Amino acid sequence: MIELMHVSRVVDGRTIVADVSLQIASGTILTVVGTSGSGKTTLLRLINRLVEPSAGTIRVAGRDVRTVPPDALRRGIGYAIQGHGLFPHRTVAENIGVVPKLLSWDRNRIAARVDELLALFRLEPALYRDRLPAALSGGEQQRIGVARALAAEPPILLMDEPFGALDPIIRGQAQDDLKAIQKRYGTTIVLVTHDMNEALRLGDRIAVMDRGRLVQEADPTALVGAPATDFVGALLGRGDRAFQLMALRIVDDLVEPGPAPGAPIMAGTSVRDALAESLWSQRPALPVSRDGVILGRVTRATLEAQGACP
Amino acid sequence: MGGHRATRAPVSFRPARPAFDPLGSVFAALLGLGLLALPLVTARPNRIALGTPLTAWSALPLGQALALGAVLGCAAPLLALRIAPGLRLAAGSAALTMLCLAAGWAADHLTPSGDRYGRISPDAGWWLAFAAAGLAAGDGLARLRPSPVLRIGALALVAALAGLILRSGLWDNLSVLREYVSRSDTFGREVRTQAGLALASVAAAALVGIPAAILARPVPALRAALLSVLNVVQTIPSMALFGMLIAPLAWIGRTVPGAADLGIAGIGAAPAFVALFAYALLPVTAATVAGLDAVPDPVRDAARGVGMTDRQRLAQVELPLALPAILTGIRIVLVQNIGLAVIAGLVGGGGLGVYVFQGISQNAGDLVLLGALPTVVMASGAAVLLDAVIDLSRGRAADRTP
Repeated sequence: MIELMHVSRVVDGRTIVADVSLQIASGTILTVVGTSGSGKTTLLRLINRLVEPSAGTIRVAGRDVRTVPPDALRRGIGYAIQGHGLFPHRTVAENIGVVPKLLSWDRNRIAARVDELLALFRLEPALYRDRLPAALSGGEQQRIGVARALAAEPPILLMDEPFGALDPIIRGQAQDDLKAIQKRYGTTIVLVTHDMNEALRLGDRIAVMDRGRLVQEADPTALVGAPATDFVGALLGRGDRAFQLMALRIVDDLVEPGPAPGAPIMAGTSVRDALAESLWSQRPALPVSRDGVILGRVTRATLEAQGACP
Repeated sequence: MGGHRATRAPVSFRPARPAFDPLGSVFAALLGLGLLALPLVTARPNRIALGTPLTAWSALPLGQALALGAVLGCAAPLLALRIAPGLRLAAGSAALTMLCLAAGWAADHLTPSGDRYGRISPDAGWWLAFAAAGLAAGDGLARLRPSPVLRIGALALVAALAGLILRSGLWDNLSVLREYVSRSDTFGREVRTQAGLALASVAAAALVGIPAAILARPVPALRAALLSVLNVVQTIPSMALFGMLIAPLAWIGRTVPGAADLGIAGIGAAPAFVALFAYALLPVTAATVAGLDAVPDPVRDAARGVGMTDRQRLAQVELPLALPAILTGIRIVLVQNIGLAVIAGLVGGGGLGVYVFQGISQNAGDLVLLGALPTVVMASGAAVLLDAVIDLSRGRAADRTP
């Protein structure tokens, strides 16, 4: 649980963050969206005291962060940034093991944790352990950056545009990985991004920042359905709203009994992808299956209805 | 068939076209110029008399002159062509070796037996050819891209060969070694003083400059002040700096108890050390500031973000990443101070400058060389050694793609 209460940050008379109050429930992902200069990165850095608030209180797990020494606080909070910030003179294993080492874990435990994380990110430990960051691809560097943030099993992970430098395909993969890892460890994640689609895809809740102010904080469906201001609407891109909504839902609970022709789609398919498949294969209804068992069908009319304003 | 031949004709011309190496051609021309057009050695009846310049053909017995001509005559055309770096190194080294031998041979040949006053010294032709051959060999070595360890090995090999030549007595009749014989009792001490002054002043500058840079860098005003003060120091001519130091150091030596026992006085090693230290301070400090500035912001940010304390960040991230830049600064001042330490001879600080200034006042060029040549050798050796160390320190962070 992270709580921000009336938090402001003012530098040389310029308000970077203005009176923001937020609660982030344990085990959820909050994505913070905004244009550059909206204060979203500062908001993130306030949580681990990389910057100090000018006013307001921040509590992490019930404790005011000002009562915890910054170094100790940061060792308990994972931190991953755009451009990964890997130490160029340290090997992959040393980079991942940096926080456990600061926490004085014993050597075998660090080595085991490094190998576990490399395997988790589908990087063969024997092959990658002793490489230097310069010998990795951009996608690999980014994964090591996230692995480093997770190394000491922090309950909280702060991420600042962690996927910003990745190409779309690797980016999608990295987002899926993050979701899977978050489910596995139950980590609370605050992720800053300027990409609304990424925010909608990853966030349990989304906070929209505009010129230092928090203009809306809502779950994805509510945000798409009822943007609080024109700015939120502009960020969403009005033309895509119906499809953004469809992308957020899966066909699982739209299944009705009855036959449908052709190959089945999975129950976890998004409404958007299901509709695309229905249009592409010219089938007014699609069979839906889970674990190889046909559950029933979903009709195009049902799918289309999901795009309506909630 | 005819068309086939026509298309191939230009291709078959290509190997026939001479493939000149521009840099190698310059070295070859200098080698030829040195050997053919300029005197190889100068022979003087005593150490201050005017000399007679002699070409290779008159300075050497026929057989040895032919040997020198043959080796240089083979090496020069080879260097002018586009050849493998290994061959280039071999040709340059062969020419160097031959020139070293020829100098000794000429001295032996031109010195009447039993004569102790005659002076045979290398002249313009020899120096020119020696420089050209040395540069060609160095160029060949550089093109081979040797590893740092290999370069240190090459330096050790050259030092061992030079030691062997000196031990063998081959050069005993050369004028510089005649000067050495009459100074052999003090030579070792002056070399140690020279090296000691240079090393101690650079070590002291590192001990002061690196912490000063670390402390002042984050504070813009302090950093600007520090660098501009050091910049001003750097612009003071060395002679003037000695002059400025005499009064305060003499005062300290007289008034502070124990200072005189430490050797602090208006003249001697103290002002030399202080001046060398002052000159070393700017490059070391500026290099440390630049090296720390070059640490990428995301890396610095990540180091804070993972929970390193300021001290841990400095020791584990910033200093290791700045190390190659800091070492480069130290290399510059060490080479600079080995040369500059000659000035110490002028204020009674000892070192090889003693010979240089005695030689100048006695109008004895050979004595000047006895001071200058070891200085050049020490500075060059330090440069090669530290360059290799810098490359080694860079090695870990360098791109090592599998």
